Amino acid sequence: MQRGRFYPKTFFPVFLLFLALLVLGAIASVLFGARSLSMQEVLDGLFGAGEGIYEASVVQKRVVRTVFALCCGAALGIAGVLMQAVTRNPLADPAILGVNNGAAFFVVCGISFFQMSTAREYIWFALAGALATAVFVLGIGSMGRGGASPLKLVLAGAATSAALSSLVTAVLIPRLNAMEEFRFWQAGSVGAGTWDSFFLLLPFLLIGLVAAVISAPAMNALALGDETATGLGVKTAFMRYVAALAGVILCGAVTAVAGPIGFVGLLSAHVIRALLGPDVRVLVPMSALAGAVILTVSDVAGRLIGRPGELEVGVLTAFIGAPLLIILAMKAKVRAV
Amino acid sequence: MSTLAIELVRRVRMRQRSRWTAVTAALAVVAVALCCAMLMLGNTIYPVRDVAAVLMGEEVKGAAFAVRTIRLPRMLAGLFAGFAFGVSGYVFQTMLRNPLANPNVIGITAGSSAAAVFCIVVLQAGKGVTSAAAVIAGLLAALVIYGLARGRTFSIGRMILVGIGIQAMCNSAITYLLLIAREHNLPSAVRWLTGSLSGIRMEELSWLIASVLVFTPLIILMSRPLQVLELGEQTAVSLGVRTDRTRLALVVGAVVLSAVATAVTGPIAAVAFLAGPIAVRLAGTARANVIPAGLVGAALVLAADLAGQFAFPVKFPVGILTGIIGAPYLLYLIVRMNRKGEL
Repeated sequence: MQRGRFYPKTFFPVFLLFLALLVLGAIASVLFGARSLSMQEVLDGLFGAGEGIYEASVVQKRVVRTVFALCCGAALGIAGVLMQAVTRNPLADPAILGVNNGAAFFVVCGISFFQMSTAREYIWFALAGALATAVFVLGIGSMGRGGASPLKLVLAGAATSAALSSLVTAVLIPRLNAMEEFRFWQAGSVGAGTWDSFFLLLPFLLIGLVAAVISAPAMNALALGDETATGLGVKTAFMRYVAALAGVILCGAVTAVAGPIGFVGLLSAHVIRALLGPDVRVLVPMSALAGAVILTVSDVAGRLIGRPGELEVGVLTAFIGAPLLIILAMKAKVRAV
Repeated sequence: MSTLAIELVRRVRMRQRSRWTAVTAALAVVAVALCCAMLMLGNTIYPVRDVAAVLMGEEVKGAAFAVRTIRLPRMLAGLFAGFAFGVSGYVFQTMLRNPLANPNVIGITAGSSAAAVFCIVVLQAGKGVTSAAAVIAGLLAALVIYGLARGRTFSIGRMILVGIGIQAMCNSAITYLLLIAREHNLPSAVRWLTGSLSGIRMEELSWLIASVLVFTPLIILMSRPLQVLELGEQTAVSLGVRTDRTRLALVVGAVVLSAVATAVTGPIAAVAFLAGPIAVRLAGTARANVIPAGLVGAALVLAADLAGQFAFPVKFPVGILTGIIGAPYLLYLIVRMNRKGEL
């Protein structure tokens, strides 16, 4: 593989732009909400000048929430890149492939049948659900001629999601207390973030990040096709599993702690690819950054739009992300059936 | 070619036609039986005599209220909405020659549902306005999806992808509308995202029933050219079918049916998608299967609603059950089409 500079010339401007957006988003996330605070109040709350006051606790809650949103967004951004690279498919996203709903279904079962109530308990369920769904959808989607085409994958994902979301509701309806718990989980989105759930997410985020970095060069080779990649000496099958597993772990863990949030990975990966080109080594860190920006800004927007309550961030990201899906679908090479 | 061959063909055709008639009659009997069951069953089971008496306008103690204000609207909603979904799904599937192409999968019902939710929970509009808005939104969604999917060459695959995107947008809009209307509870979410028959009142049904009674005969009148369309664009043109005009009329009819039904019950999952293939499998292709598809749709909705009400210790809304039945079939269809290399 060629040594030296692999990032395009525009890398640093774009990087600085997203970094600036990240900082602005984070500040906005602390300032705005059901009750907006002034800069002075935030500083007082942060540095203890107003200790014990109501504002201070609001500020602290929002700081946790912001950090949590940044991490979830980064994880989803990386997951999007990995899934798109593994399936060699521009439409791969945890929400579109049904992985979110798979995790949700397992979590619901954990809450309903095994009396689980904290993310620490059901995170493994979420991961198992995400993994099982991913294997299932990829299996169905890559049957037949031509492997996993966008249409096949999206259809398999949509059908699986539909089945799973019916099952989720069917499990929930008889159990009022589980329904409360689940609604809290589903509607809580990043608002439910605590330091506890943050530390729960962190190891998975790190594992996913490391796996993504390790497999990035192989993913580049893979983009040229399986045969070329093998010819270049890349262990395609193994690296593919590593990357796929990392992607599933990332979005499964996020789903466990934050509820199902879709389209962030799709959006961030495509925005960065449009700006900086298709090199996975650039895409992984930059899409993480972009994912963090998108999720944090969407969360702030959801709090402002939904005032005095709040609009779940997943609803907002779906609304922003779906048009991108449509644009990609318009460009997709689909055989005239 | 002898008279014998002609005679044989004629006989096979006659057999196919009589099979079609027999199956249609049987489906009608099943649907009527399910309707009776809907009226009789409930917290208290009323005998046929009491139900008949109530329907004739007599006051039967106890039965009158339950049957007239709860069970009858529920039964009629299931019957007509199921029929409408079945017919509209069949029209789309036949016209586009693809079982995956139906208002449910390509996002037209989601568009109608979003408009209906907007009218009901935000504007608190009446039933007429709601139905009209649902129809307009459905037509608009169909137009947008068609326009976006056309590209250089029209492809149903692309249309399905675009439709899934539209559906995701509409569903998030519905969630938002339910939130700002402070109706963000599970029952109303289930109703507007998967469909339910509970709590429907008699006044809500007039538009649905009227549209079914007006548009079904129109679609049946168009069913001859519809069958020819199934042979492909070129064949249809050479057989003298005005394809554009036919298609437009059929799309409008099918969208109106699915939209008014959606405005009442919500988008009952998978019915539009299941009814057509089941009807074709049962009745054959001797004639256009508009009525069999409608009857299968009605029977599916009624049976699923009965099962949802009585088969389990708790009550499930009808859309959950049809969703659980429909999704595996959709997966099976995808697997089969993948194997054949049709996707």
